[in-house]
Formats: sequence, C-alpha cells, structure tokens
Amino acid sequence: MFISNSIEKFGEYLCLMGRVMSVPERWRMFFKQYVKEMVALGVDSIGIVLLISFFIGAVICIQIKLNIASPWMPAFTTGYTTREIMLLEFSSSIMCLILAGKVGSNIASEIGTMRVTQQIDALEIMGINSASFIILPKILGLVTMIPMLVIFSIVFGFVGAYATALAGVITVDDLTLGLQHDFVPWYVWASIIKSLVFAFIISSVSSFHGYNVEGGSFDVGKASTNAVVSSSMLILFADIFLTQLLS
Amino acid sequence: MIELKDLHKSFGGREVLKGINAQFEDGKTNLIIGQSGSGKTVLMKNIVGLFTPEKGQILYDGRDFVQMTQKERVMLRREMGMIFQAAALFDSMSVLENVMFPLDMFSDMNLTDRIKRAKFCLERVNLKGAEDKFPGEISGGMQKRVAIARAIALNPKYLFCDEPNSGLDPKTSLVIDELIHGITEEYNMTTIINTHDMNSVMGIGEHIIYIYEGELEWVGTKDEVMSSTNERLTSFIFASDMLRKVRDANK
Ligand SMILES: Nc1ncnc2c1ncn2[C@@H]1O[C@H](COP(=O)(O)OP(=O)(O)OP(=O)(O)O)[C@@H](O)[C@H]1O
Ligand SMILES: [Mg+2]
Repeated sequence: MFISNSIEKFGEYLCLMGRVMSVPERWRMFFKQYVKEMVALGVDSIGIVLLISFFIGAVICIQIKLNIASPWMPAFTTGYTTREIMLLEFSSSIMCLILAGKVGSNIASEIGTMRVTQQIDALEIMGINSASFIILPKILGLVTMIPMLVIFSIVFGFVGAYATALAGVITVDDLTLGLQHDFVPWYVWASIIKSLVFAFIISSVSSFHGYNVEGGSFDVGKASTNAVVSSSMLILFADIFLTQLLS
Repeated sequence: MIELKDLHKSFGGREVLKGINAQFEDGKTNLIIGQSGSGKTVLMKNIVGLFTPEKGQILYDGRDFVQMTQKERVMLRREMGMIFQAAALFDSMSVLENVMFPLDMFSDMNLTDRIKRAKFCLERVNLKGAEDKFPGEISGGMQKRVAIARAIALNPKYLFCDEPNSGLDPKTSLVIDELIHGITEEYNMTTIINTHDMNSVMGIGEHIIYIYEGELEWVGTKDEVMSSTNERLTSFIFASDMLRKVRDANK
C-alpha cells in the first residue's frame, strides 16, 4: 500500500516536472519572476543562515576544545575539526535541512493558496502553462542562490569559531593553524554540488505538494507540513548517496 | 457561438451532468441558472476546459474544444476571459499589474500602451484611482470589478462569469450585472453567466437555461420566465414570496 502509493506519487511528481521544464512563453515575465524568487527564497534566507552558522561554528569549536583537545593532541585539532564539520556536513546538508523548513513551507503554502483561491485556474484559462510559470522560477531561483548561501554559511561558521577565540576558548594562532591544516579545496566544491541537488529537491518537492492541493486552507496547511517532511527525508537520503559519490 | 452537445460528466461514478444540449449566442448575455449543487459550476468548468467531459462536444464557432490539440486550446484560450466566483486575483500583484498581466503575457504592445490599455479597462469598470492598491486592500465588489477589467483586457470573444455577484449587496450586484451586460453588447462577446440571483435573471437574462439536477430543464428569455408553466422552474424562480406577489399582481 505504502509502496504503491509512493510510486504513484513519484509518477505524478515526474509528470509535473515534465510540465515545469518547458521554455517560458515570455522571457520578460520569466526574468521578472526569477529575480523575485531569488530575492524571496535566497536573499531573504541569508539572515537565518548567517545566524545559525555563526552559532554552530562557535559551539563546535567550544565542544571540540572541551571534549577532545588534550595535551597529547596537536594544537590544530580544534580548528581542523571545526573546518571539516562545517565544510563536509553543516554548510550543505544541515543548512539545507533548515532551509527545507523555511523555504519549503513558504513555497508549498504560497502555491497551495494560489490553487485553492483559483489563481492557478485563472492562469490556465488564459492559456498559460501554470506549472512552468509558477514553479520554474522558484526552482531556478533557489538553485542559483544556494551556492552563495553555502559560502556564507562556511565563512560565518569560521567567524563564529574566531569569536570563541576572542572569548579565550582557544588562541587565534591555534585556530588559524587548524583551519588551514591539510585543506582540500574539493570539499568546498563537493559541498556546493550537494547543495545544488538539495535546492532542487526542496523547491520541486514543495512545489509539487502545493500545486496538488485540493480543498481549502486546512489542506494548504497539511501540504506545507508534508512538503517539509518529504523534502527533509529526501535530502537525508540524497546526502548518503552524494557523500559516497563525491568523496 | 458556443454549442454544447450531449455533455456528460461524472465524479466517482456519480453523474453530475447528464447529457446537456445548449446554445449560447454571440453578443448576448446567456445565463445558466439552477439550484445550488445542480451542476452549474461543473458545466462552466467543462466549457472552459478545466474539466474534461466523458462524452459530448463543446463547439466554439464549430470547433470542438474536446478534440483540440494542446496548441489549439492555448490559442482558443487567448480569446477567453473568465471571472471566478472568488475573483481569483493574483494577490502578489497590484490592481494595475493584475489587469496588465494578460497584456504582459500575450500582447506585443510596448509598456506605455500596456499601461494605457490597463488603465482604460479599469476606468471602464469605474475603478480609477485604485491602481496601486493590492487585492487584499479592496472590497469584494471592487475585486470583482478588477477581475472583469482583467478578463476584458485582451478583448476576448468569450466571457465566462461564475456567480459574479455572490457575496455582494443588491445594488453592487446590479452595477456588476449592468457592467457585464454593457461590455457584452459593446464588444459583441458571447457571455455566459452562472447565477442564482433572481435580480440578474430579471435584469439581464436575454437567454436563460435552467439546469435541474444535471439536466437541461428549460430554455427561454426573462419575459418567458414570468409566464412559464414549467413546475420545476416556477418553484425555483418563485421560491421567494415577493416575486410570486409581483407575478400575481401583473396577472
Ligand atoms: N471536483 C469535484 N469532485 C467531485 N464532485 C464534484 C466536484 N465538483 C463538483 N462536484 C459535485 O458536483 C455537484 C454540482 O456542483 P456544482 O459546483 O456544479 O454546483 P453549482 O450548481 O455550481 O452550485 P452553487 O450554486 O452552490 O455554486 C455537487 O454535488 C458537487 O458535489
Ligand atoms: Mg457554483
């Protein structure tokens, strides 16, 4: 039952994506929507990304220093571990999980409301491919903005770590040494590639849930919850595969 | 002209439309009336293609909408305007942007001409000065008028209105009715209105079809409604005491 249900849903999802991936009817209107979505989904998320990354960077640094560092460990351990955690997992996967909550529910409820108030029908009546018109700018908007969010997250994680140095948890020299120790630039790229996939998952899955709402505001709420749950699950699964693939 | 031939539609085995045959002429205000739940909205959604009928034909000047390719449908839809029961304005756009939207999407006019045309349509529905407001900031009647302005922006050949005056006071309803009727004559459109408002029936009902439980029960004009002996129709129309008194006084 659950399996056949999931396969059916996946089929519907693919059909919708088929409709979404079509050439925009009016490029002028598309670019207008695209820029709007980049701001709404990307720029407006910068604040929360910076805030969370700063504190996580700081907390990781403190935890490592308190729990792992000992006289037998090299001085760079704390900085090194902080960097690896931020680069490898936090700034791509965990940050995208957080964004799935913020952006995913936003997308699903916006599109769901358009559905129940017949705005989508109104687009269809005008002879517009409503799926492509509404969803494509959202997907491309978030995918375009996500690398920037990843970089910001990494940088602000480090800023958080330096803030603990200022507070005296660790010396600035040790931290700098650790952050630079054995640096693999590919990890940054891997992080960005992962986030691109996650951004696609968040925007397309949430749009799917919103677009297929039937009923009223109650169903919009349900769709928005489902959007967050299923995009988070898919991000976690995809993370396992991508981590294997990219390392 | 729009012609329906033997239109059937069911949901989960329950037949909502049971073979509707009807004609809607150019330049006329056509009304579909019937009780709540009789299938008016379902019928209109079939006509505009939001639902696909199981059986039957929908002929737009002889061209069958059901058989059309996706491309032909899109072309035909550029000639349609629709006003939804809940207005369905885009709430992320201002009033002016809403009316400009079809022009932005489909016309080759430059920006100044598009703004001019949108402002003209807004003036036509007496909404000068509300251009910069958002749908959430204006009243229900104003929203309906914006929806009308948006629907006529591209000079459609066919205009569809699903209960244009639901939730409006009698006076505003009258204004909306007159507006739709006036525009229909002015641009020689084929207009179809779903309604159960008796004032509309008596006011602008040039051609009326009465749907009873998914079947076409009666066809006629507003004058014929008054003298009709069809029992189902009269019990629907004269459900209100006042109208019955008016009729009896006229006799
Ligand atoms: N999407 C749908 N799925 C299943 N049944 C539906 C659907 N839409 C309408 N129906 C059913 O079709 C019947 C006719 O509904 P419809 O909305 O056409 O009534 P109506 O004549 O427009 O009524 P009202 O005047 O209240 O708007 C109703 O019994 C309704 O339950
Ligand atoms: Mg209805």
